[in-house]
Amino acid sequence: MSEAIPIAAMAGAAAVRPRRPSLSGGSGSAAARADRRFAGLVSSTGILVLALLSAIIIMLAVGAWPALRVFGPGFFINPVWDSVNEVFGAGIMVYGTLVSAFLALLIAVPLATGVAYVLTELLPDALRRPIGVIIQMLAAIPSIIYGMWGFFVLAPWLAEHFILDVADFFVDVPVLNKIFDYGSGNSVFTAGLVLGVMILPLISAMFVEILASTPVVLKESVYGLGATRFEVIRHVAVPYGKRAMIGAIMLGLGRALGETMAVTFVIGNATRLSPSIFAQGSTIASTIANEFNEAGFGTLKLASLLGLGLTLLIISFIVLAASRALVINKAGH
Amino acid sequence: MSRLAARRKLTNLVAAALSSLAALIALAVLGSILWTLFERGFPALRWSVLTTSMAPTGENGGLANAIVGSLIQVGIGMVIATPIGVLGGTYLSEYARGSRLGQVTRFVSDILLSAPSILIGLFVYTLLVATTKTYSGIAGAVALAVIAIPIIIRTTEDMLSLVPTALREAAAALGAPKWKVTTLIAWRAAGAGMLTGLLLSLARLAGETAPLLFTSLGNLNWSTSLGKPMASLPIAIYQFAASPYEDLVQLAWAGALIVTVGVLAINIIAQLTIGRRR
Repeated sequence: MSEAIPIAAMAGAAAVRPRRPSLSGGSGSAAARADRRFAGLVSSTGILVLALLSAIIIMLAVGAWPALRVFGPGFFINPVWDSVNEVFGAGIMVYGTLVSAFLALLIAVPLATGVAYVLTELLPDALRRPIGVIIQMLAAIPSIIYGMWGFFVLAPWLAEHFILDVADFFVDVPVLNKIFDYGSGNSVFTAGLVLGVMILPLISAMFVEILASTPVVLKESVYGLGATRFEVIRHVAVPYGKRAMIGAIMLGLGRALGETMAVTFVIGNATRLSPSIFAQGSTIASTIANEFNEAGFGTLKLASLLGLGLTLLIISFIVLAASRALVINKAGH
Repeated sequence: MSRLAARRKLTNLVAAALSSLAALIALAVLGSILWTLFERGFPALRWSVLTTSMAPTGENGGLANAIVGSLIQVGIGMVIATPIGVLGGTYLSEYARGSRLGQVTRFVSDILLSAPSILIGLFVYTLLVATTKTYSGIAGAVALAVIAIPIIIRTTEDMLSLVPTALREAAAALGAPKWKVTTLIAWRAAGAGMLTGLLLSLARLAGETAPLLFTSLGNLNWSTSLGKPMASLPIAIYQFAASPYEDLVQLAWAGALIVTVGVLAINIIAQLTIGRRR
């Protein structure tokens, strides 16, 4: 078996480029043996990567099994997290994870679109590359820095200048007064905002690259018909890069769903369900980070936290699969 | 000028104004983050931050043990991840073109690349911490390695795919076996790019917090033992930033500044490596 795989891989490679001439000896020579050994070594890393992902899935599933056995499939949606009575469900955290990630996209995508438009169309050429590099730098800043900024700067500012005013404004409107109910600076809303700021450089950098890769001939021919800059972007560059842009948004969504440090600081880590986005809440990642070290080896709580991890893994899978399906679907046309 | 033309001009103007506004907001927010970091981190930077270990509030502690712990864990993580990542990327670029296993490997590597880092922490916890019943520096290093492997695979494959096929064919035509074509021609031609990929994953690891939370745990005391809980800069920042004591919060900002400057410096070096190649 260990022999068969490298040979199959070599056969695949041979289809693309010519196999090396057999001048250097037959299959029994030392050179050929070295060649086979190297091919085997290289292919084994491919198998190692497969083993790694399998191990991650199996370890999480096995670790979460005691919780899933006790709480059944309802674990994934049950909105109860009661450490005292040992009743656990992922509902509250799934809700917080989805809402904060959705808010993050709501903030980051329009801003990133604006940034990309300015960078690719409005700025003079000389400024584009340095500013592009700065955006890439910002995307590399560790997420814990965004969390600290959210905790020490954004959350107090929101509590003082924003949340009360918005809640006051909607106080007499049915439904909306529940969604924008009075709350604190540390909330699902703040978490979404920090996540949005965090994925903004990431999505911007990708959008800039995508819009800039539109063939110049395509754009010039539309300019030649008398189109404005906006029309060229709206009707040429965006449709041209649509697939890649969806992929970029999905990548940002994936990052926001699984982010731990930027969220844990600002979400309040409350394990109750509230319809208000200004209420304290929790995400899957923040709950794991917060409560893991309180759970001892082999307890039901530990199994439930691993169950949360499994839930997050499933959500990430779904997002990745959805983005692939969308991208492939678009490519078919 | 017709009304249609006027409306199109107006739309164009409004779009430009709105996106300039968006860009300004983005710039202001990100500027605010960097400004806060320098405003609070810089005054807290003292020589003793680098020379003394963490200590309880009021005892003028530093971050020396956390910095050394980070260097150890990131270093070991890179030592584990580099050969696996480079060989994996080489496999995808040089050996797996069109093969089934190659496609699956590329897909799985993409999944690993986008997997939330806290899940990697949970995985290494069940693998190395739950089984040995102790948090350890080596568990932290392994968690970081698992995060780096798919990054290095991706950058290595990308950089190798930029090497012209004609170069490999020329070597093969001289009778060089495939492993020599790969190591002496492809790797050498893509070397600077591959190095850039390694630098970028190094920068990524230096700021990772979530995977260390339940693998190396953090440690207030000086410890370089791989079998015991080990401090790291991101974990120290996390612990101190949430504390109610002003001196510890200041230390957290100093640590945040050190991490960010380090990460950005590595990124700048990486950008220069790419730039020089172009």
